[in-house]
Amino acid sequence: MNGTANGTANGTANGTANGTANGTANGTVEGAGSGAAQPAAAWAPDELMTVNAARALSGSRTCFVGIGLPSAAANLARRTSQPDLVLIYESGTLGSKPSRLPLSIGDGELADTADAVVSVPEIFNYWLQAGRIDVGFLGAAQVDRYANINTTVIDRGPDRPEGRLPGAGGAPEIAASCRKVLMVLRHSRRNFVERLDFVTTVGHGSGPGDRARLGLLGEGPVAVITDLGVLRPDPETAELVLTEIHPGVTVEQVTEATGWKLRVADGVGVTEPPTQAELAALRALKTGGDPRA
Amino acid sequence: MAEIRSLRDAVAELIHDGDTVAMEGFTHLIPFAAAHEIIRQGITDLTLVRMTPDVIYDQLIGMGTARRLVFSWGGNPGVGSLHRFRDAVENGWPRPLELDEHSHAGMANRYVAGASRLPFAVLRGYRGSDLPKRSSTIATVTCPFTGEELAAVAAVNPDVTVIHAQRADREGNVQLWGLVGVQKEAALAADRVLVTVEEIVEELKPRPDAVVLPSWTVHAVAHVPGGAHPSYAAGYTVRDNEFYQAWDPISRDRETFLAWMREHVLEAS
Repeated sequence: MNGTANGTANGTANGTANGTANGTANGTVEGAGSGAAQPAAAWAPDELMTVNAARALSGSRTCFVGIGLPSAAANLARRTSQPDLVLIYESGTLGSKPSRLPLSIGDGELADTADAVVSVPEIFNYWLQAGRIDVGFLGAAQVDRYANINTTVIDRGPDRPEGRLPGAGGAPEIAASCRKVLMVLRHSRRNFVERLDFVTTVGHGSGPGDRARLGLLGEGPVAVITDLGVLRPDPETAELVLTEIHPGVTVEQVTEATGWKLRVADGVGVTEPPTQAELAALRALKTGGDPRA
Repeated sequence: MAEIRSLRDAVAELIHDGDTVAMEGFTHLIPFAAAHEIIRQGITDLTLVRMTPDVIYDQLIGMGTARRLVFSWGGNPGVGSLHRFRDAVENGWPRPLELDEHSHAGMANRYVAGASRLPFAVLRGYRGSDLPKRSSTIATVTCPFTGEELAAVAAVNPDVTVIHAQRADREGNVQLWGLVGVQKEAALAADRVLVTVEEIVEELKPRPDAVVLPSWTVHAVAHVPGGAHPSYAAGYTVRDNEFYQAWDPISRDRETFLAWMREHVLEAS
Protein backbone atom coordinates (compact mmCIF):
# COMPACT_ATOMS: atom_id res chain seq x y z
CA MET A 1 0.00 0.00 0.00
CA ASN A 2 2.15 2.80 -1.08
CA GLY A 3 -0.91 4.92 -1.55
CA THR A 4 -0.48 6.10 1.97
CA ALA A 5 2.36 8.26 0.98
CA ASN A 6 0.20 10.17 -1.34
CA GLY A 7 -0.41 13.70 -0.61
CA THR A 8 -2.92 13.43 2.13
CA ALA A 9 -0.08 13.38 4.38
CA ASN A 10 0.87 16.81 4.94
CA GLY A 11 3.06 17.84 7.61
CA THR A 12 1.58 21.14 8.05
CA ALA A 13 1.10 23.84 5.75
CA ASN A 14 1.21 21.57 2.91
CA GLY A 15 0.30 18.78 0.85
CA THR A 16 -3.15 17.70 0.45
CA ALA A 17 -4.94 18.77 -2.59
CA ASN A 18 -7.76 21.04 -1.73
CA GLY A 19 -9.42 19.48 1.06
CA THR A 20 -13.06 19.68 0.83
CA ALA A 21 -15.76 18.32 -1.31
CA ASN A 22 -13.30 17.07 -3.73
CA GLY A 23 -14.44 14.36 -5.94
CA THR A 24 -16.26 12.81 -3.04
CA ALA A 25 -19.65 11.63 -3.99
CA ASN A 26 -22.26 13.90 -2.59
CA GLY A 27 -23.73 12.29 0.44
CA THR A 28 -27.30 13.12 1.14
CA VAL A 29 -28.72 13.88 4.51
CA GLU A 30 -30.88 10.84 4.45
CA GLY A 31 -30.59 8.99 7.66
CA ALA A 32 -29.61 12.10 9.46
CA GLY A 33 -32.01 12.51 12.28
CA SER A 34 -34.38 9.99 10.70
CA GLY A 35 -37.41 11.93 9.77
CA ALA A 36 -36.51 15.13 11.54
CA ALA A 37 -36.90 18.14 9.31
CA GLN A 38 -33.61 18.58 7.54
CA PRO A 39 -32.68 21.17 4.96
CA ALA A 40 -33.15 19.90 1.46
CA ALA A 41 -29.52 20.44 0.64
CA ALA A 42 -27.12 17.55 0.38
CA TRP A 43 -23.51 17.73 1.39
CA ALA A 44 -20.38 15.71 0.94
CA PRO A 45 -18.66 14.01 3.89
CA ASP A 46 -15.69 16.31 3.37
CA GLU A 47 -18.00 19.30 3.68
CA LEU A 48 -19.27 18.01 7.02
CA MET A 49 -15.68 17.68 8.13
CA THR A 50 -14.67 21.15 7.00
CA VAL A 51 -17.74 22.86 8.43
CA ASN A 52 -17.16 21.23 11.82
CA ALA A 53 -13.47 22.01 11.69
CA ALA A 54 -14.33 25.66 11.04
CA ARG A 55 -16.72 25.69 13.99
CA ALA A 56 -13.95 24.34 16.22
CA LEU A 57 -12.12 27.65 15.73
CA SER A 58 -14.84 29.47 17.63
CA GLY A 59 -13.33 31.77 20.24
CA SER A 60 -9.86 31.81 18.70
CA ARG A 61 -8.20 34.95 17.47
CA THR A 62 -5.11 33.71 15.66
CA CYS A 63 -4.59 30.50 13.72
CA PHE A 64 -1.43 28.99 12.20
CA VAL A 65 -2.90 27.31 9.15
CA GLY A 66 -1.81 24.17 7.34
CA ILE A 67 -2.68 24.00 3.66
CA GLY A 68 -5.40 21.68 2.41
CA LEU A 69 -8.13 20.70 4.85
CA PRO A 70 -6.97 23.04 7.64
CA SER A 71 -6.80 25.97 5.26
CA ALA A 72 -10.29 25.28 3.96
CA ALA A 73 -11.62 25.16 7.52
CA ALA A 74 -9.83 28.28 8.70
CA ASN A 75 -10.92 30.27 5.67
CA LEU A 76 -14.48 29.09 6.11
CA ALA A 77 -14.43 30.19 9.74
CA ARG A 78 -13.21 33.62 8.68
CA ARG A 79 -15.99 33.85 6.10
CA THR A 80 -18.75 32.78 8.50
CA SER A 81 -18.66 32.96 12.29
CA GLN A 82 -15.14 34.33 12.84
CA PRO A 83 -14.63 37.33 10.54
CA ASP A 84 -11.76 38.62 12.70
CA LEU A 85 -9.79 35.37 12.67
CA VAL A 86 -6.14 36.12 11.86
CA LEU A 87 -4.81 33.52 9.41
CA ILE A 88 -1.08 32.91 9.65
CA TYR A 89 0.70 30.83 7.01
CA GLU A 90 4.21 29.45 7.37
CA SER A 91 5.21 31.15 4.14
CA GLY A 92 5.37 34.28 6.29
CA THR A 93 1.96 35.91 6.04
CA LEU A 94 0.16 37.40 9.04
CA GLY A 95 -3.54 38.08 8.54
CA SER A 96 -4.13 36.68 5.05
CA LYS A 97 -7.62 37.26 3.62
CA PRO A 98 -7.83 35.21 0.44
CA SER A 99 -11.07 35.34 -1.52
CA ARG A 100 -10.64 31.75 -2.63
CA LEU A 101 -8.80 28.77 -1.26
CA PRO A 102 -5.13 28.91 -2.11
CA LEU A 103 -3.61 25.81 -3.75
CA SER A 104 -0.33 26.27 -1.92
CA ILE A 105 0.90 28.18 1.08
CA GLY A 106 2.79 30.36 -1.36
CA ASP A 107 -0.02 31.58 -3.54
CA GLY A 108 0.44 35.28 -4.19
CA GLU A 109 -2.99 36.15 -2.82
CA LEU A 110 -1.94 35.12 0.69
CA ALA A 111 0.78 37.76 0.64
CA ASP A 112 -1.20 40.38 -1.28
CA THR A 113 -4.06 40.31 1.25
CA ALA A 114 -1.94 40.01 4.42
CA ASP A 115 -1.52 42.57 7.19
CA ALA A 116 2.20 41.85 7.08
CA VAL A 117 4.61 39.56 5.27
CA VAL A 118 7.67 38.40 7.18
CA SER A 119 10.53 36.03 6.46
CA VAL A 120 10.31 32.32 7.19
CA PRO A 121 12.81 32.46 10.08
CA GLU A 122 10.78 35.29 11.56
CA ILE A 123 7.43 33.51 11.29
CA PHE A 124 8.83 30.46 13.10
CA ASN A 125 10.97 32.25 15.67
CA TYR A 126 9.22 35.49 16.59
CA TRP A 127 5.63 34.48 16.01
CA LEU A 128 5.27 30.72 16.47
CA GLN A 129 8.05 29.83 18.91
CA ALA A 130 7.30 32.88 21.05
CA GLY A 131 3.89 31.41 21.86
CA ARG A 132 1.82 34.20 20.31
CA ILE A 133 -0.59 32.02 18.34
CA ASP A 134 -3.84 30.59 19.68
CA VAL A 135 -4.46 27.60 17.47
CA GLY A 136 -2.34 25.43 15.23
CA PHE A 137 -4.43 23.67 12.63
CA LEU A 138 -2.83 20.52 11.22
CA GLY A 139 -3.54 17.68 8.85
CA ALA A 140 -1.85 14.29 9.21
CA ALA A 141 -1.15 11.01 7.47
CA GLN A 142 -1.20 8.77 10.54
CA VAL A 143 -2.59 9.57 13.98
CA ASP A 144 -2.52 7.42 17.10
CA ARG A 145 -4.74 7.35 20.18
CA TYR A 146 -2.75 10.14 21.82
CA ALA A 147 -3.05 12.36 18.75
CA ASN A 148 0.62 12.00 17.87
CA ILE A 149 1.27 12.44 14.16
CA ASN A 150 3.36 10.67 11.54
CA THR A 151 4.03 12.46 8.27
CA THR A 152 7.49 11.01 7.63
CA VAL A 153 7.61 7.33 6.62
CA ILE A 154 5.32 4.30 6.46
CA ASP A 155 6.58 0.84 7.36
CA ARG A 156 5.55 -1.45 4.51
CA GLY A 157 6.95 -4.66 5.95
CA PRO A 158 10.35 -6.34 5.91
CA ASP A 159 10.37 -7.00 2.16
CA ARG A 160 9.67 -3.48 1.00
CA PRO A 161 11.41 -0.17 1.57
CA GLU A 162 9.73 2.37 3.81
CA GLY A 163 7.06 4.37 2.06
CA ARG A 164 8.03 7.98 1.91
CA LEU A 165 5.72 10.74 3.13
CA PRO A 166 6.45 14.45 2.67
CA GLY A 167 8.02 14.99 6.09
CA ALA A 168 7.61 17.30 9.04
CA GLY A 169 7.18 20.74 7.54
CA GLY A 170 6.20 23.09 10.34
CA ALA A 171 4.16 20.58 12.31
CA PRO A 172 6.47 19.62 15.22
CA GLU A 173 6.88 23.21 16.35
CA ILE A 174 3.32 24.24 15.51
CA ALA A 175 2.03 21.46 17.77
CA ALA A 176 4.57 22.40 20.43
CA SER A 177 4.11 26.16 20.54
CA CYS A 178 0.52 27.09 19.68
CA ARG A 179 -1.76 27.41 22.71
CA LYS A 180 -3.83 24.53 21.36
CA VAL A 181 -3.96 22.29 18.34
CA LEU A 182 -6.81 21.21 16.08
CA MET A 183 -6.43 18.39 13.63
CA VAL A 184 -8.52 17.55 10.61
CA LEU A 185 -8.20 14.42 8.50
CA ARG A 186 -10.31 11.75 6.84
CA HIS A 187 -11.19 8.78 9.01
CA SER A 188 -9.85 5.36 8.01
CA ARG A 189 -7.94 2.48 9.57
CA ARG A 190 -4.99 3.50 7.42
CA ASN A 191 -4.92 6.94 9.05
CA PHE A 192 -6.00 6.10 12.61
CA VAL A 193 -3.47 3.50 13.67
CA GLU A 194 -2.65 1.51 16.77
CA ARG A 195 1.01 2.40 16.49
CA LEU A 196 2.74 5.10 14.48
CA ASP A 197 5.55 3.98 12.21
CA PHE A 198 7.40 7.19 13.09
CA VAL A 199 6.62 10.02 15.51
CA THR A 200 7.03 13.22 13.53
CA THR A 201 4.98 15.47 15.79
CA VAL A 202 4.00 14.98 19.39
CA GLY A 203 0.36 15.37 20.38
CA HIS A 204 -0.02 13.96 23.87
CA GLY A 205 3.01 11.63 23.74
CA SER A 206 2.33 8.48 25.69
CA GLY A 207 -0.27 10.01 27.94
CA PRO A 208 -0.93 12.54 30.67
CA GLY A 209 1.99 14.66 31.77
CA ASP A 210 4.09 13.88 28.73
CA ARG A 211 3.79 17.33 27.20
CA ALA A 212 4.93 19.01 30.39
CA ARG A 213 7.77 16.53 30.75
CA LEU A 214 8.92 17.29 27.19
CA GLY A 215 8.65 21.03 27.78
CA LEU A 216 5.95 21.54 25.17
CA LEU A 217 4.37 24.89 25.90
CA GLY A 218 0.85 24.61 24.56
CA GLU A 219 -2.07 22.47 25.62
CA GLY A 220 -1.67 20.19 22.57
CA PRO A 221 -4.44 18.66 20.47
CA VAL A 222 -7.92 19.47 21.77
CA ALA A 223 -9.96 18.00 18.92
CA VAL A 224 -9.54 15.80 15.87
CA ILE A 225 -12.26 16.48 13.34
CA THR A 226 -12.89 13.84 10.68
CA ASP A 227 -15.46 13.13 8.00
CA LEU A 228 -17.21 10.83 10.48
CA GLY A 229 -17.17 12.77 13.74
CA VAL A 230 -15.08 14.48 16.38
CA LEU A 231 -12.56 12.92 18.78
CA ARG A 232 -11.30 14.72 21.88
CA PRO A 233 -8.66 13.75 24.42
CA ASP A 234 -9.99 12.43 27.72
CA PRO A 235 -9.04 14.99 30.38
CA GLU A 236 -7.73 12.23 32.64
CA THR A 237 -5.95 9.88 30.25
CA ALA A 238 -5.29 12.13 27.22
CA GLU A 239 -6.55 9.30 25.01
CA LEU A 240 -8.79 10.31 22.11
CA VAL A 241 -12.46 9.58 22.72
CA LEU A 242 -15.28 9.78 20.20
CA THR A 243 -17.44 12.60 21.50
CA GLU A 244 -19.58 13.43 18.46
CA ILE A 245 -20.67 11.79 15.26
CA HIS A 246 -21.87 13.64 12.19
CA PRO A 247 -25.51 13.39 11.08
CA GLY A 248 -26.09 10.11 9.28
CA VAL A 249 -22.97 8.44 10.70
CA THR A 250 -23.15 5.56 13.19
CA VAL A 251 -20.80 4.95 16.10
CA GLU A 252 -20.00 1.54 14.58
CA GLN A 253 -18.82 3.21 11.37
CA VAL A 254 -16.36 5.26 13.37
CA THR A 255 -15.03 2.40 15.49
CA GLU A 256 -14.70 0.30 12.32
CA ALA A 257 -12.64 3.03 10.69
CA THR A 258 -10.29 3.33 13.68
CA GLY A 259 -7.25 1.10 14.00
CA TRP A 260 -7.38 0.89 17.79
CA LYS A 261 -10.22 0.08 20.16
CA LEU A 262 -11.76 3.51 20.13
CA ARG A 263 -13.40 4.67 23.32
CA VAL A 264 -16.82 6.23 22.87
CA ALA A 265 -18.09 8.93 25.19
CA ASP A 266 -21.21 8.27 27.21
CA GLY A 267 -24.05 9.98 25.40
CA VAL A 268 -22.06 10.64 22.25
CA GLY A 269 -23.44 13.73 20.55
CA VAL A 270 -24.42 14.43 16.97
CA THR A 271 -22.97 17.50 15.28
CA GLU A 272 -25.35 20.11 13.95
CA PRO A 273 -25.94 19.71 10.21
CA PRO A 274 -24.19 22.31 8.07
CA THR A 275 -26.29 25.41 7.55
CA GLN A 276 -27.08 26.75 4.13
CA ALA A 277 -24.86 29.71 4.89
CA GLU A 278 -21.91 27.49 5.81
CA LEU A 279 -22.27 25.37 2.69
CA ALA A 280 -22.67 28.41 0.46
CA ALA A 281 -19.59 30.06 1.94
CA LEU A 282 -17.52 26.89 1.61
CA ARG A 283 -18.54 26.33 -1.99
CA ALA A 284 -17.90 29.97 -2.83
CA LEU A 285 -14.39 29.71 -1.40
CA LYS A 286 -13.67 26.95 -3.86
CA THR A 287 -14.71 29.01 -6.81
CA GLY A 288 -13.70 32.43 -5.61
CA GLY A 289 -17.28 33.69 -5.66
CA ASP A 290 -18.96 35.89 -3.11
CA PRO A 291 -20.82 33.69 -0.63
CA ARG A 292 -23.30 36.44 0.04
CA ALA A 293 -24.20 36.74 -3.63
CA MET B 1 31.00 42.64 -6.87
CA ALA B 2 28.36 40.82 -8.83
CA GLU B 3 28.93 40.43 -12.50
CA ILE B 4 26.06 40.34 -14.95
CA ARG B 5 26.51 37.03 -16.73
CA SER B 6 24.59 34.72 -18.99
CA LEU B 7 22.91 31.94 -17.04
CA ARG B 8 25.01 29.36 -18.85
CA ASP B 9 28.31 31.01 -17.96
CA ALA B 10 27.29 31.78 -14.39
CA VAL B 11 26.25 28.17 -13.69
CA ALA B 12 29.40 26.79 -15.35
CA GLU B 13 31.62 29.07 -13.33
CA LEU B 14 29.96 28.85 -9.92
CA ILE B 15 28.52 25.32 -9.61
CA HIS B 16 30.69 22.22 -9.72
CA ASP B 17 30.29 18.48 -9.31
CA GLY B 18 30.00 17.53 -5.66
CA ASP B 19 29.01 20.99 -4.43
CA THR B 20 26.45 21.66 -1.73
CA VAL B 21 23.85 23.80 -3.47
CA ALA B 22 20.83 25.56 -1.99
CA MET B 23 18.25 26.69 -4.54
CA GLU B 24 15.77 28.51 -2.35
CA GLY B 25 12.44 30.26 -2.67
CA PHE B 26 9.64 29.38 -0.26
CA THR B 27 7.06 28.57 -2.97
CA HIS B 28 7.87 31.99 -4.46
CA LEU B 29 10.96 33.04 -6.49
CA ILE B 30 12.16 29.46 -7.04
CA PRO B 31 15.07 29.44 -9.52
CA PHE B 32 13.76 26.82 -11.96
CA ALA B 33 15.67 28.10 -14.99
CA ALA B 34 18.97 27.79 -13.14
CA ALA B 35 18.11 24.22 -12.12
CA HIS B 36 17.43 23.39 -15.74
CA GLU B 37 20.81 24.83 -16.69
CA ILE B 38 22.48 22.60 -14.06
CA ILE B 39 20.75 19.60 -15.61
CA ARG B 40 21.78 20.60 -19.14
CA GLN B 41 25.40 21.02 -18.08
CA GLY B 42 25.40 17.55 -16.52
CA ILE B 43 26.62 18.78 -13.14
CA THR B 44 26.31 15.91 -10.68
CA ASP B 45 26.90 14.44 -7.20
CA LEU B 46 25.33 17.51 -5.62
CA THR B 47 24.13 17.83 -2.06
CA LEU B 48 20.89 19.72 -2.53
CA VAL B 49 19.58 21.87 0.31
CA ARG B 50 16.10 23.31 0.34
CA MET B 51 13.27 23.59 2.89
CA THR B 52 10.62 22.43 0.43
CA PRO B 53 12.21 20.40 -2.39
CA ASP B 54 9.19 21.17 -4.60
CA VAL B 55 9.04 20.31 -8.29
CA ILE B 56 12.46 21.92 -8.86
CA TYR B 57 14.26 19.25 -6.82
CA ASP B 58 11.96 16.52 -8.11
CA GLN B 59 13.42 17.35 -11.52
CA LEU B 60 17.04 17.53 -10.33
CA ILE B 61 16.70 14.29 -8.34
CA GLY B 62 14.94 12.48 -11.18
CA MET B 63 17.76 13.46 -13.54
CA GLY B 64 20.34 12.00 -11.17
CA THR B 65 22.16 15.21 -10.27
CA ALA B 66 21.90 14.70 -6.48
CA ARG B 67 23.44 12.24 -4.08
CA ARG B 68 22.08 13.84 -0.93
CA LEU B 69 19.10 15.97 0.06
CA VAL B 70 18.78 18.25 3.08
CA PHE B 71 15.16 19.32 3.54
CA SER B 72 12.11 19.73 5.76
CA TRP B 73 9.03 19.04 3.60
CA GLY B 74 9.09 17.11 0.36
CA GLY B 75 5.72 17.31 -1.33
CA ASN B 76 4.15 18.97 -4.35
CA PRO B 77 2.44 21.84 -2.51
CA GLY B 78 -1.32 21.53 -2.69
CA VAL B 79 -1.12 18.54 -5.04
CA GLY B 80 0.46 15.50 -3.40
CA SER B 81 3.67 13.52 -3.58
CA LEU B 82 6.92 14.32 -5.34
CA HIS B 83 7.15 11.09 -7.30
CA ARG B 84 10.77 11.38 -8.43
CA PHE B 85 11.87 12.15 -4.85
CA ARG B 86 9.93 9.12 -3.60
CA ASP B 87 11.27 6.87 -6.32
CA ALA B 88 14.84 7.86 -5.46
CA VAL B 89 14.34 7.36 -1.71
CA GLU B 90 12.27 4.18 -1.93
CA ASN B 91 13.84 2.48 -4.95
CA GLY B 92 17.16 4.20 -5.53
CA TRP B 93 16.15 5.39 -9.01
CA PRO B 94 17.99 6.77 -10.86
CA ARG B 95 20.45 6.61 -7.94
CA PRO B 96 20.19 6.33 -4.15
CA LEU B 97 19.49 9.54 -2.31
CA GLU B 98 20.77 10.15 1.22
CA LEU B 99 18.54 12.30 3.38
CA ASP B 100 19.11 14.78 6.18
CA GLU B 101 15.66 15.63 7.34
CA HIS B 102 14.48 18.50 9.54
CA SER B 103 11.43 20.50 10.50
CA HIS B 104 10.84 23.89 8.88
CA ALA B 105 11.77 25.70 12.08
CA GLY B 106 15.01 23.72 12.25
CA MET B 107 15.93 24.36 8.62
CA ALA B 108 15.12 28.07 8.86
CA ASN B 109 17.40 28.33 11.87
CA ARG B 110 20.16 26.36 10.15
CA TYR B 111 20.19 29.05 7.47
CA VAL B 112 20.15 31.79 10.11
CA ALA B 113 23.21 30.23 11.77
CA GLY B 114 24.87 29.88 8.38
CA ALA B 115 24.22 33.52 7.48
CA SER B 116 25.49 34.58 10.92
CA ARG B 117 28.59 32.42 10.47
CA LEU B 118 27.81 30.66 13.74
CA PRO B 119 28.31 26.90 14.06
CA PHE B 120 24.75 26.20 15.16
CA ALA B 121 21.41 27.72 16.07
CA VAL B 122 19.16 27.04 19.04
CA LEU B 123 15.41 26.64 19.08
CA ARG B 124 12.63 25.03 21.03
CA GLY B 125 12.13 22.25 18.57
CA TYR B 126 11.94 18.54 17.83
CA ARG B 127 10.80 17.78 21.37
CA GLY B 128 9.53 14.20 21.48
CA SER B 129 9.93 13.77 17.74
CA ASP B 130 11.81 10.82 16.18
CA LEU B 131 13.52 13.20 13.74
CA PRO B 132 16.73 13.65 15.79
CA LYS B 133 17.26 9.86 15.68
CA ARG B 134 17.80 10.06 11.95
CA SER B 135 19.89 13.20 11.67
CA SER B 136 23.43 13.99 12.73
CA THR B 137 22.71 17.72 12.51
CA ILE B 138 20.20 17.86 15.39
CA ALA B 139 21.44 17.78 18.97
CA THR B 140 20.58 19.38 22.30
CA VAL B 141 22.30 22.14 24.20
CA THR B 142 21.74 23.42 27.72
CA CYS B 143 21.13 27.12 28.11
CA PRO B 144 23.98 28.51 30.26
CA PHE B 145 21.65 31.09 31.81
CA THR B 146 18.45 29.18 32.58
CA GLY B 147 19.48 25.54 32.34
CA GLU B 148 16.73 24.87 29.79
CA GLU B 149 17.53 22.12 27.33
CA LEU B 150 17.10 23.35 23.78
CA ALA B 151 17.50 21.89 20.31
CA ALA B 152 20.71 22.75 18.49
CA VAL B 153 20.87 22.51 14.72
CA ALA B 154 24.08 22.69 12.72
CA ALA B 155 24.58 25.71 10.47
CA VAL B 156 24.06 25.27 6.75
CA ASN B 157 26.76 26.91 4.65
CA PRO B 158 26.20 25.96 1.02
CA ASP B 159 29.03 26.20 -1.48
CA VAL B 160 26.53 27.94 -3.70
CA THR B 161 23.10 29.46 -3.16
CA VAL B 162 20.91 30.18 -6.16
CA ILE B 163 17.78 32.31 -5.86
CA HIS B 164 15.44 34.11 -8.20
CA ALA B 165 14.56 37.77 -7.53
CA GLN B 166 12.48 40.49 -9.11
CA ARG B 167 15.26 42.80 -10.21
CA ALA B 168 18.83 44.00 -10.11
CA ASP B 169 20.65 47.06 -11.31
CA ARG B 170 23.66 47.05 -13.60
CA GLU B 171 25.98 47.01 -10.60
CA GLY B 172 24.42 43.73 -9.51
CA ASN B 173 22.51 45.02 -6.50
CA VAL B 174 19.50 42.75 -6.07
CA GLN B 175 15.99 43.60 -4.85
CA LEU B 176 13.24 41.13 -4.02
CA TRP B 177 9.88 41.32 -2.27
CA GLY B 178 6.65 39.48 -1.49
CA LEU B 179 7.12 36.13 0.23
CA VAL B 180 10.83 36.51 0.92
CA GLY B 181 11.13 33.10 2.55
CA VAL B 182 14.74 32.33 3.46
CA GLN B 183 16.25 34.02 0.39
CA LYS B 184 18.38 36.44 2.35
CA GLU B 185 19.61 33.88 4.88
CA ALA B 186 20.37 31.27 2.20
CA ALA B 187 22.34 33.83 0.17
CA LEU B 188 24.34 35.15 3.11
CA ALA B 189 25.09 31.60 4.30
CA ALA B 190 26.76 30.62 1.02
CA ASP B 191 30.29 30.98 -0.32
CA ARG B 192 29.02 31.86 -3.79
CA VAL B 193 25.70 33.41 -4.78
CA LEU B 194 23.93 33.34 -8.13
CA VAL B 195 20.75 35.36 -8.59
CA THR B 196 18.49 35.16 -11.62
CA VAL B 197 16.24 38.19 -12.07
CA GLU B 198 13.14 39.19 -13.97
CA GLU B 199 14.52 42.56 -14.91
CA ILE B 200 17.72 44.57 -14.93
CA VAL B 201 17.00 48.24 -14.30
CA GLU B 202 19.04 51.40 -14.55
CA GLU B 203 18.21 52.41 -11.02
CA LEU B 204 16.84 50.32 -8.12
CA LYS B 205 14.08 52.40 -6.58
CA PRO B 206 13.86 51.66 -2.85
CA ARG B 207 10.78 49.72 -1.77
CA PRO B 208 9.88 49.64 1.91
CA ASP B 209 9.00 45.94 1.85
CA ALA B 210 12.00 44.77 -0.17
CA VAL B 211 15.02 42.72 0.76
CA VAL B 212 18.19 44.10 -0.80
CA LEU B 213 21.27 42.01 -1.40
CA PRO B 214 24.08 44.48 -2.08
CA SER B 215 26.21 43.75 -5.10
CA TRP B 216 29.17 42.88 -2.87
CA THR B 217 27.29 39.88 -1.42
CA VAL B 218 26.43 38.42 -4.82
CA HIS B 219 28.78 36.78 -7.32
CA ALA B 220 26.70 36.66 -10.46
CA VAL B 221 23.39 38.01 -11.67
CA ALA B 222 21.73 36.54 -14.74
CA HIS B 223 18.82 38.17 -16.54
CA VAL B 224 16.25 35.38 -16.88
CA PRO B 225 12.69 36.71 -17.26
CA GLY B 226 10.22 34.02 -16.22
CA GLY B 227 13.10 32.11 -14.63
CA ALA B 228 10.96 31.06 -11.68
CA HIS B 229 8.25 29.35 -13.73
CA PRO B 230 6.13 27.43 -12.65
CA SER B 231 6.83 29.29 -9.40
CA TYR B 232 6.49 33.05 -9.75
CA ALA B 233 7.87 36.49 -9.07
CA ALA B 234 5.31 38.76 -7.40
CA GLY B 235 4.71 41.84 -9.52
CA TYR B 236 5.88 40.06 -12.68
CA THR B 237 4.32 36.61 -12.95
CA VAL B 238 1.75 34.45 -11.15
CA ARG B 239 2.16 30.94 -9.79
CA ASP B 240 1.26 28.42 -12.47
CA ASN B 241 -0.91 26.20 -10.28
CA GLU B 242 -2.04 24.23 -13.33
CA PHE B 243 1.54 23.21 -14.00
CA TYR B 244 1.99 22.00 -10.43
CA GLN B 245 -1.11 19.85 -10.92
CA ALA B 246 0.04 18.67 -14.35
CA TRP B 247 3.40 17.65 -12.85
CA ASP B 248 1.73 14.87 -10.89
CA PRO B 249 0.95 12.63 -13.89
CA ILE B 250 4.11 13.67 -15.75
CA SER B 251 6.33 12.66 -12.84
CA ARG B 252 4.56 9.46 -11.80
CA ASP B 253 6.15 7.42 -14.54
CA ARG B 254 9.90 7.29 -15.21
CA GLU B 255 9.61 7.29 -18.98
CA THR B 256 7.03 10.05 -19.11
CA PHE B 257 9.23 12.10 -16.82
CA LEU B 258 12.35 11.54 -18.92
CA ALA B 259 10.50 12.36 -22.11
CA TRP B 260 9.22 15.59 -20.58
CA MET B 261 12.69 16.56 -19.37
CA ARG B 262 14.20 15.82 -22.77
CA GLU B 263 11.66 17.94 -24.58
CA HIS B 264 11.39 20.85 -22.14
CA VAL B 265 14.84 21.02 -20.53
CA LEU B 266 17.58 19.10 -22.31
CA GLU B 267 16.61 20.20 -25.80
CA ALA B 268 15.61 23.69 -24.72
CA SER B 269 18.04 26.45 -23.90
